[in-house]
Amino acid sequence: MSRDLPADDTLVRIRGLKFYRGSRAIFDGIDIDIPRGSVTAIMGPSGTGKTTLLKLIGGQLKPDAGTIEVDGQNVHALSTRDLYRLRMRMGMLFQSGALLTDLSVFENVAYPLHEHTRLKASMIRKLVLMKLEAVGLRGAHGLMPSELSGGMARRVALARAIALDPMMIMYDEPFTGQDPISMGVLVQLIRRLNDAARITSVVVSHDVAEASEIADLIYVISNGRVIESGPPQALSENGGEWTRQFMGGLPDGPVPFHYPAPELEVDLFEGAA
Amino acid sequence: MEWLAQLGRGGLSFSAGLGRAHLLMLGMLRGVPQLLGRPRLLLEQLLSVGVLTILIIAVSGVFVGMVLGLQGYYILSRFGAEATLGVMVAASLVRELGPVVTALLFAGRAGSALSAEIGLMKATEQLSGLEMMAVNPEHRVLTPRLLAGILSMPLLAAMFSMLGVYGGWFVGVGLLGVDEGTYWAQMQSQIDWDEDVLNGVIKSIVFGVVCTWIAIFQGYDCIPTSEGVSRATTRTVVHSSLAVLGLDFVLTALMFN
Repeated sequence: MSRDLPADDTLVRIRGLKFYRGSRAIFDGIDIDIPRGSVTAIMGPSGTGKTTLLKLIGGQLKPDAGTIEVDGQNVHALSTRDLYRLRMRMGMLFQSGALLTDLSVFENVAYPLHEHTRLKASMIRKLVLMKLEAVGLRGAHGLMPSELSGGMARRVALARAIALDPMMIMYDEPFTGQDPISMGVLVQLIRRLNDAARITSVVVSHDVAEASEIADLIYVISNGRVIESGPPQALSENGGEWTRQFMGGLPDGPVPFHYPAPELEVDLFEGAA
Repeated sequence: MEWLAQLGRGGLSFSAGLGRAHLLMLGMLRGVPQLLGRPRLLLEQLLSVGVLTILIIAVSGVFVGMVLGLQGYYILSRFGAEATLGVMVAASLVRELGPVVTALLFAGRAGSALSAEIGLMKATEQLSGLEMMAVNPEHRVLTPRLLAGILSMPLLAAMFSMLGVYGGWFVGVGLLGVDEGTYWAQMQSQIDWDEDVLNGVIKSIVFGVVCTWIAIFQGYDCIPTSEGVSRATTRTVVHSSLAVLGLDFVLTALMFN
């Protein structure tokens, strides 16, 4: 499914990114290039800061060092007004969907259009129905978020994320907790939207099979560093030991099965002594 | 020395919280001009924060007035001064009980609801979602709630006092036989607009600012988990109640010398 990508056409350029929570380094000097028009997957075990990375790209968090450029603009050097302008060209699909619970499906998708455009109500209605049609939920436009399943909520959130026709969409764990049908729908939607609307997609996930299926490029992160990067095929065949354990879902390897602890005998008999 | 370190940590944490609360207030105030162009947002919050609080305020006002009428009559009648019952009821309500009890009830009903709502919006990433849609949540979500709280409180306090006066009238005049003309006439002649009514209004505006600010800050600053939201809601009621009682003393001391 991967396509030929322009070599130097980078939409997101991350250089020397460092980010700490207390004294713990979440990112310890990582470099990432996200090519325009591609689906790039950021993968790694839980707790490696994948969601944090999206928040850094979106300017919701500030790095301790390093730069993040989106479409040539240094995100963290922008004024609030310019940052908000940039965000209007970025969509984000949150893990929970983040739909506004007091608004209906229709109103949720219409929300960014009402906030940022002066379109007539009739035009907004048409646009909303088109976006909902794209995610297969035009018939659900009158429902409230509480009446939606998890998968439907994410599709509505996706329709809302594309309402302003952004240049890029960031997906935060889009496949987590989905049944196989919903997962298949989301996989297809991400790829189809990316290709049809010429959007750049950044998918943060630890679902190896699904992310590999749609990604043109994968970055594997662990312990605050980029372990490896490349097309999915190359990584699963030629990746290092750590990457092969992660991609293959092997229980033991460079990432040990056991949490660091004293020897079992010491633990067992020390207490009895 | 551990206690000293703990004291220091507590002091730093308190100062940092105070700083964040003031920054949040500045952020919300910057959203006022934008809100004036979209009055519908304010009206929605006036309904939720103000109108839906009327019932508890009205019922409490009537009962507090009735109790004042009862207690006042038994004390004043010992000195043959039951004719001044109306003044006593009105002064107690307009100066103190109206603003203070309304603020305490407001903190329990509307304040806790505000904290829980904002906290849950944070926990379910709705506020982050707004930010990523290039919508400032401080302006869009918080400013209308702040203004609605500040506008609602004096109106609710006025309603509380008015219904309390009628509660006192019902008991004093209706049940205990105080002369109706005296009840109203004494009140009219003895209650001063500036010293009593205006000071009560100023108090309720101050309480409105403080209670709504605390509620919004606690919700916005909470740890985005179910436990965090629960703690924020509790803190809203406790901090608001203490702030109202403390400020009431200070304001009373300043106003009535």
